[in-house]
Amino acid sequence: MVTHRSWHWLVALAVFAIVCVAGVAYGTIRIPVADVIRALTGEGDTSVIAIVRDLRLPRVALAALIGAGLGMSGGALQGTLRNGLAEPYLLGVSGGAAVGAVAAFAAGIGDAGWIALSAFVGAAIAVLLALLVARAAGRGGRGDPRTLLMAGVVIGAFANAVIMVALANAPPNTVRGALWWMMGSAGDATWQTVTVLAVSILVGGAALIYLARDIDVLALGEEPAAALGVDVDRAARTIYLLSALLAAATVAAAGLVGFVGLIVPHIVRSAGLRRHRPLLLGTAVVGATLVVAADLAARTLRPPAELPLGAVTAILGVPFFLAQLRKTA
Amino acid sequence: MSGAPTVPTIGFEDVVVRYAGARVSALDGVSFDVPRGAMTAVAGPNGSGKSTLVRALLRRQPLLSGSITIDGDNIAAISQRELARRVAIAPQREEAAFPMRVDEYVALGRFPRLGLWESPSAADREAVDRALHRAGVSEFTERRTDELSGGEWQRVRIARALAQEGGALVLDEPTTFLDMPHEMALFELLDSLARDGLAVLIVSHQLNLLARFARTIVLLDRGKVAAAGTPAEVMRAPVLESIYDWPLVVTRDPAAGAPALLPLRRPTSLS
Repeated sequence: MVTHRSWHWLVALAVFAIVCVAGVAYGTIRIPVADVIRALTGEGDTSVIAIVRDLRLPRVALAALIGAGLGMSGGALQGTLRNGLAEPYLLGVSGGAAVGAVAAFAAGIGDAGWIALSAFVGAAIAVLLALLVARAAGRGGRGDPRTLLMAGVVIGAFANAVIMVALANAPPNTVRGALWWMMGSAGDATWQTVTVLAVSILVGGAALIYLARDIDVLALGEEPAAALGVDVDRAARTIYLLSALLAAATVAAAGLVGFVGLIVPHIVRSAGLRRHRPLLLGTAVVGATLVVAADLAARTLRPPAELPLGAVTAILGVPFFLAQLRKTA
Repeated sequence: MSGAPTVPTIGFEDVVVRYAGARVSALDGVSFDVPRGAMTAVAGPNGSGKSTLVRALLRRQPLLSGSITIDGDNIAAISQRELARRVAIAPQREEAAFPMRVDEYVALGRFPRLGLWESPSAADREAVDRALHRAGVSEFTERRTDELSGGEWQRVRIARALAQEGGALVLDEPTTFLDMPHEMALFELLDSLARDGLAVLIVSHQLNLLARFARTIVLLDRGKVAAAGTPAEVMRAPVLESIYDWPLVVTRDPAAGAPALLPLRRPTSLS
């Protein structure tokens, strides 16, 4: 028997598959779906094979991984922080990553791999700093998520200041590179980036799904969670760290892609998923679909120019989010 | 001979808690027992340490000295999960951010008994059904938690605690926002649970209800036990007047004969 729930999953996976095929078929050059399939098996025109295998496929895969990572990160953070406005970049991830990337640009490093590493290290440092600040500030009344949110905001503001100082007197090329990086793009996807991100998302995502039941209980509040047997402080810290690192991995791979981690958990919850194990799986599928679609829009709406991916996700996301707000208000 | 029958389900022994930076202790040498098969009540003015007591029992507030035991075991020596298997606590503060279905919510009571990958067994589902039935909420299992009235929500919270199937049930201010019949119904439910053998600990301001339902009342005042004993022993005008700093008389409830508190108008000194 196909239940109501199973239908949601089938539809979500079908939409994801269609969007992925479209992502490979459409672009500056349009490739018929039949040719896409032939190219995948290594048949047909060599230039088509090259476009499909070396350009479009890694790009779609990277976009899907970014969406899955940001979706799961947002879902886990919203549950644990008990706040529907929580999102993956909240804990200083975006600011820290941007500082790392800008530092790499300012040092004249052009290699994408080193920029990614620098961004990841920046994000990781910012997150650890936010957690430490929250821990030090929260010694009196422990476990209040608002302390952590404030720590994240403060670290983010500090990172912004650092970026402004670094870019104020930088040469135009550095500024342009840094700015483009901050707007997010899956355009530089290679199979190497895809592999690195795939491993990060698999490991981080599996760990979050493993902790999903703790998130169910943490979502009730600090005291109820303790009453149900969760070691609140340790569990919450682990989830914050995992979610932030998941987001940091996506940022390192493709810069800042806003709104996905905020909006995707809301979409999944509105489909009736409340327990965090199915919810996180749902956010992975919906997040992947959204970012693949956004990337497709980014490179086809105004050809041959590319729109920044982060801008497209926000443009697609805002109307949806407003509609969602109206429904719940 | 084993001492099992005399070991209290929950024991507070000389518990001292002091918040960081505070000059006085929030709990200052509190000792009392919560036996099974009876309702034990904690009352006292605002700020007397009632909620701190529950937080200490939850292990959310470290003890400066003293100990809290469950079935004779120090709670500091068992895991948080083991604590949740033995005592079900419904704290006062609960801010569920995202609504869920009542049956899903009550099923969270089985959390301390499930392995991380384990799915709920038939026994777990039966425990949830029993809890829903016992708390009188089985007719709205498919409603959402944000669509419940105050009385329904409190009963659903108790159903979740019952689904934990611990030997003790602790409720912090469970009748806040409840009207009279819901409040009475809740006390009747707790009374029947206590008669079935649970150790029930209730924190409440409703002294007149406590006087009718509780076997023992512990009155806290500024972190210390000001009085403890049967309602008749504790509910005496001089004791209550000094703790609450308000003029009052203690009469008798005409039906059951339990002591009943009647606060008086304070005579105005200004004319």
